[in-house]
Amino acid sequence: MAAAFSRERIDVSTFAVGFLMLVVLILSFSGVANAADHAFRAHAFIFLLASAIGLAGLLGWHELSERQPRFDKTFYEESIVKAGIAATMFWGIAGFLVGLIIALQLTFPTLFYFPELGWTNFGRLRPLHTSAVIFAFGGNALIATSFYVVQRTCRTRLAGGMWPWFVFWGYQLFIVIAATGYLMGVTQSKEYAEPEWYADIWLTIVWVTYLAVFVATILRRKEPHIYVANWFYLAFIVTIALLHVVNSLSIPINLAGSRSVSVFSGVQSALIQWWYGHNAVGFFLTAGFLAIMYYFIPKRIERPVWSYRLSIVHFWSLIFIYIWAGPHHLHYTALPQWAQTLGMTFSIMLWMPSWGGMINGLMTLSGAWDKLRTDPVVRMLVVSVAFYGMATFEGPVMSVREVNALSHYTDWGIGHVHSGALGWVGFVTFGALYCMTQWVWKRDRLYSNALVEWHFWIATIGIVLYITSMWVSGIMEGLMWRAYNEFGFLEYSFIETVSAKHISYIIRALGGGLYLTGALIMVYNLVRTARGDVPAGERRRSGATPAIQPAE
Amino acid sequence: MTDRSPEIDPHSQVETTGHEWDGIKELNNPLPRWWLFIFWGTIVVAIIYWVLMPAWPAPPGMQGNTLGVLGQSDRATVAAEVSETAKMRAELASRLSAVDASAILQDHDLSQLALGLGESAFGDNCATCHGAGGRGAKGYPRLADDIWLWGGTLTDIETTIRHGIRSDDPDARMTDMPAFGRDEFLTSAEIKDMVEFVTAISGRKANLAAVDRARPIFQTNCASCHGVDARGDRAQGAPNLTDAEWLYGGDRDTLQATIFGARRGVMPAWTTRFDPATIRALAVYVHSLGGGE
Repeated sequence: MAAAFSRERIDVSTFAVGFLMLVVLILSFSGVANAADHAFRAHAFIFLLASAIGLAGLLGWHELSERQPRFDKTFYEESIVKAGIAATMFWGIAGFLVGLIIALQLTFPTLFYFPELGWTNFGRLRPLHTSAVIFAFGGNALIATSFYVVQRTCRTRLAGGMWPWFVFWGYQLFIVIAATGYLMGVTQSKEYAEPEWYADIWLTIVWVTYLAVFVATILRRKEPHIYVANWFYLAFIVTIALLHVVNSLSIPINLAGSRSVSVFSGVQSALIQWWYGHNAVGFFLTAGFLAIMYYFIPKRIERPVWSYRLSIVHFWSLIFIYIWAGPHHLHYTALPQWAQTLGMTFSIMLWMPSWGGMINGLMTLSGAWDKLRTDPVVRMLVVSVAFYGMATFEGPVMSVREVNALSHYTDWGIGHVHSGALGWVGFVTFGALYCMTQWVWKRDRLYSNALVEWHFWIATIGIVLYITSMWVSGIMEGLMWRAYNEFGFLEYSFIETVSAKHISYIIRALGGGLYLTGALIMVYNLVRTARGDVPAGERRRSGATPAIQPAE
Repeated sequence: MTDRSPEIDPHSQVETTGHEWDGIKELNNPLPRWWLFIFWGTIVVAIIYWVLMPAWPAPPGMQGNTLGVLGQSDRATVAAEVSETAKMRAELASRLSAVDASAILQDHDLSQLALGLGESAFGDNCATCHGAGGRGAKGYPRLADDIWLWGGTLTDIETTIRHGIRSDDPDARMTDMPAFGRDEFLTSAEIKDMVEFVTAISGRKANLAAVDRARPIFQTNCASCHGVDARGDRAQGAPNLTDAEWLYGGDRDTLQATIFGARRGVMPAWTTRFDPATIRALAVYVHSLGGGE
């Protein structure tokens, strides 16, 4: 035990993070002083403030931890998982709320229109919503669960000392920079990659650190093999780094300004953007969340993963085929037709590799189907897999050029995205949050299973309303756009197709409102669980907190 | 070690792989046959599609891409469809811009074409300001009634569309009402009186003393455009002030603002955006909305 408690005067990782903070502090100070525009000054100030708080926090932690072992390797790092759970809940609610607001803006454009407040404009709030739910909610869920899962499946403490905390807080800082940027009108106009060059550089630093922490943890695992969830996490982290760096390549107009010019132009820019955009779906929202599924479903229901072979084959086929499918976002555009063909056919071939994850998730339940009835958290996880299966069937169908000719640019696309986002990503995250909250706070059970039931049903009804209303309005407007009169002139003006969607939009907003309501119920339930309004778990009573089992 | 020898899962009687992580084991089930079958099927479909359609770029050093045995090309298809439609309408479209405007209304086929084209062009270009069906909005005249600022014959309407109002077109309809208050032609007391005067002549109750004071001011300042009887003048785009129809509003506050600062509504010239046939069709469509003369 003495070795574990040995005290070094200065922890190396803490010193390195502190040094990085100091560099950021100096750079952002110079940024505040030399800013070429208001938005850049505001952002430099946020960086300045964040690095100052970070430095102060590191110093305080250093003093406080003098008498305690630092980064004790005989314990799992649990507090970062707790912070991640809180961040996921916070950004989830924020993202769902903004989604509801912009849904109401589309439904009642005169009611939620404040021309004197430019930042409330739909064009600013829309990227705020998409980034908040994908990168803030989804990203924090991925970071929190990956830190939880990799420690347990490698039976070792998270590597890197202070660096995981740098990843966590650095990522929150990126979210704040991105979100405030959207509201101030700072954007490089690439969908799902709107933040400007300095935010992109910061995210690159954070993300590469994340990769290093994850790989270092795997390298010091005490298990002979790497668990399937970790393959998926690793594919997600590596590919997102690649996609982000390439798609965001740009030249700043001014090193102290918030504007830059993309190095790509024309159809090349479009293709790079959708190579990025589609694989953000593929590797962020699919591979990453499959990793969550592969740990939490077998763990929660205490059954073996159904097929090891299927997990290997669908993993490699998924990551090999997904990366080619991006051009299906550019059917019937300036993109050469041969590239459209490849995008479409690779999307069709992607169907079964995607479904491999669904089969493995659902079949893992064999022998424990009764848990669908008895454990609402299991039901949430399993329904998420069902939505995953539905969305990954709908995707290849929509990638077929003839179908896409009808569905592209319509609300059908919005509905498709949300069946994946609300049904798959949202539900599997909720399931993981229910599990992790109970487990890291060492509770016997959740504060209330009845509230999980309420969450499940309210959110499910919300999703169904959302998806069906978007199918109706999407197919309707697609048909209206292509209706011609006998002389070959358009039958409907654009505004007629917009007003025809009003009822669907009301139903969609209702669905979104229900989904948000469900999430609020979950937050209440999780907060009560974490606060300890339930009997403590056995592990806590036995006093063996998060100690790592010694290798046999 | 957790790398144990494989065991048999008691529920499914399937062998495990012998791996275990945090209590999670794996069964060694084979790939589902139907899964594998469909996976191969989608690959076959993809290969067939590649053979039929343009698919793979040429290897480095060579030009172009595989064209597919069907020889299908989006660009060629679109070009063919566009030219086919143009051919279908060519005869009628050329007559549409060639014949005298009023002759269009006599010709059933021609007027049907004009209404179809006009409605389509109106919806995506004009309705933004003038409203669907030309119902109008504050500052944007209603086109579905018989009140016209610049005239309601087919020729008048076509001229307005072609050149616009106060646009940058040299032949635009171009008149300006003076800003009587801002440019200090009238005192604020006189403007107040004028508001009462306009209220009175449009058939509403007003302060009669103020109306009497304003009458001579109207004759010297306003009558040259709006007419001695205030019934307007289409040659100058001056509205009739005695009816109940208002472009910006007929209440006292709005009248006050109009007289004080004037209005300067702009309509763009459309010659640069539309061909003559489309402009003529728009004129026929607007003419048909209810008030054509």
